[in-house]
Amino acid sequence: MLVLGVFTLYFLTPIWWLFIAATKERGDLTTTNPLWFSDLNLVENLQGVFSYGDGILPRWLLNSVLYAGVGALVATVLAGMCGYALAKYAFPGREVIFNVVLGGVLVPATALALPLFLIFAQVGATNTFWSVFLPSIVSPFGVYLARIYAASSVPDELLEAARLDGAGEVRTFFSVSVRLMVPALVTVYLFQFVAIWNNFFLPLIMLRDERLFPVTLGLYNWNTVVNQVPELRLYVLTGSLVSIVPLIVVFLLLQRFWRSGLGTGSVK
Amino acid sequence: MKITSPLLGAASVALLLTLAACGGGDSGSEGAAEGDGGAATDCEPSDGEVSLTFFSWVPGIEGVVDIWNEQNPDVQVEVQTGPNGNSGTYQNFFNQLEAGNPPDLGQIEFDALPNFRVQDGLTDIGGCEGVMDSQEQFVDWTWSQVQLGEEDAVYAIPQDTGPMAMFYREDLFTEAGIEVPTTWEEYAAAAEQVRENDGYITNFSTSDINQFAGLVWQAGGSWFGNEGDTWQVGLDSEESVQVADYWNGLIQDDLVSTLPPWTTEWDNAYNSGDAWTWVSAVWGANSIMSGAPDTEGDWRVAPMPTWGDEQAAGNWGGSTTAVFKGTEHPHEAAQFALWLNTSEEAHEALIEAANLYPATTEGQQLPALSEGVPFYGGQEIYEVFTEAGATVPTDWTWGPTMTQVYNDVSDGFSAAASGNGSLAEALAAAQESTTSALESQGIPVGE
Repeated sequence: MLVLGVFTLYFLTPIWWLFIAATKERGDLTTTNPLWFSDLNLVENLQGVFSYGDGILPRWLLNSVLYAGVGALVATVLAGMCGYALAKYAFPGREVIFNVVLGGVLVPATALALPLFLIFAQVGATNTFWSVFLPSIVSPFGVYLARIYAASSVPDELLEAARLDGAGEVRTFFSVSVRLMVPALVTVYLFQFVAIWNNFFLPLIMLRDERLFPVTLGLYNWNTVVNQVPELRLYVLTGSLVSIVPLIVVFLLLQRFWRSGLGTGSVK
Repeated sequence: MKITSPLLGAASVALLLTLAACGGGDSGSEGAAEGDGGAATDCEPSDGEVSLTFFSWVPGIEGVVDIWNEQNPDVQVEVQTGPNGNSGTYQNFFNQLEAGNPPDLGQIEFDALPNFRVQDGLTDIGGCEGVMDSQEQFVDWTWSQVQLGEEDAVYAIPQDTGPMAMFYREDLFTEAGIEVPTTWEEYAAAAEQVRENDGYITNFSTSDINQFAGLVWQAGGSWFGNEGDTWQVGLDSEESVQVADYWNGLIQDDLVSTLPPWTTEWDNAYNSGDAWTWVSAVWGANSIMSGAPDTEGDWRVAPMPTWGDEQAAGNWGGSTTAVFKGTEHPHEAAQFALWLNTSEEAHEALIEAANLYPATTEGQQLPALSEGVPFYGGQEIYEVFTEAGATVPTDWTWGPTMTQVYNDVSDGFSAAASGNGSLAEALAAAQESTTSALESQGIPVGE
């Protein structure tokens, strides 16, 4: 219990600090207690951060939501279909494909960013929405999880029954199997959402148009020029606070599924 | 049929890399532009409407470029942006050059220019209309930095500079009855008195080596030399070692602090009166304002301490607008770069947007830079910097491997600050590693 308490404190302190810092005036940042309030300035800071640079921050947030929200959705569908196929259909080369996908889990996204940049440059697609979106819809870990889960939670008998009733394979997948796989799919979605939201290196390499930036890259940019525009120091902090809100929302909304998703595969 | 997955992982990476490497056949535009080979004479205006891309991390640069776009409907400039050079942009520039899609123009700091030149990433715009004639408008030392040792070539247009001076706490000096030092000898003596008053005269940065480079620059040293293709390395030159020994003494005697710069801890030292002076560049005025807001009205600016009777200042920072290799419109790109860095309207907009301190002598006389600054007790601080800018030695040369140099010197300095070795030893080690870094890149090193 004590250990738990210590770790909770350890994980929550930075967030608490961020929240406190975002409520302060710039002058109070270094001079007042970093873990407690001084003059409350949160509303002014929020107004400032949302209007700075012609209101570019809302645009960044929207971009992040698009990249991460839609990207994770497509990734989940693809990974679900792929994992299901690997689990339920016997075909030549199945294990080879699965092993290649597994190999993909081991390759860090950072290592792929530069080759991806060179490929996209060849087709003239760098600095576009697609250059960040397309690489994000691939989730090898999702395929792995979907396969394991489909193998254990979708009974072959049920598929047989569906086929006898005259349902095609596609229909069987979407109306029967997907429902059984929901916990795994939600888990894949969450993982992929967080991975895309936090993927910083790929946008850094691909994008040069400020209007396409996700919020992480945008805030990083601001942070590199605090010397020239001092008020940015506070805007970066306030912006960071704003940028973790969608993550918290997604986690809270999907928590129910997520927990059962992690547990179900292990106890059978 | 059992293949281990790490192997397959490696195989898929290899596949991707091969795919990337395969597309070598350049199509159309870039191929043609490369054929021009950066010859200075090829700088003819293009026909019809031209659109240029310009990468800069200056905050608010879009507004400045808008002015140009309104006045030049035939030459439209599109702004691209990202983090500052060393935070990822330079690496991106190199990636883009490799992939054949760099922007037409880009912001490059003085210390990074030689690296881009050595990698053949820049277009020589010396033959473009008006470029050579603009030389006299710029502060002396900046011009030799964009020529990179080639008399007829110009690889970039200087944008802003960072002449150095000494920020000091007037109130603390007066209160303690200590004279504001004007030479380094007096500075060391003052450091002892300040220490008796429970302060440090300044913070010596062991990780941001640019400040130290500025100090060596002031002393008349130069870390690099360049004759044709051959580079000389002088990290352990006489002036460099002299400056290193001086600061090493102050560190040994605990007369200066060695906090990591740009951290909250560091801000705090200035805000709370632990640190009494800061020998820094013109943009440091903003750093103090943002980092030490409680000290409003207490700071003043004086010329930096000198080694002898002769006035001289160092320089810390500053950047240029460069034209990348592969641009189809060198003429228009050069005209835009000139307008951005010499016209009064652009200067005013740049000062307004980002407090850039212009590299032209005329730009430094603008009204925005001759007013008193309330934070500095109403002192007209920019006059001090303008005078400093005129006394910056012109011989300083940056090398083509500055990132490595900064890392190596910084490692040695940090060790010295914690009691392992001295600053001079760190320079000697960096001299060795820099020479071998150049040689390993196939860059000839002379004596």
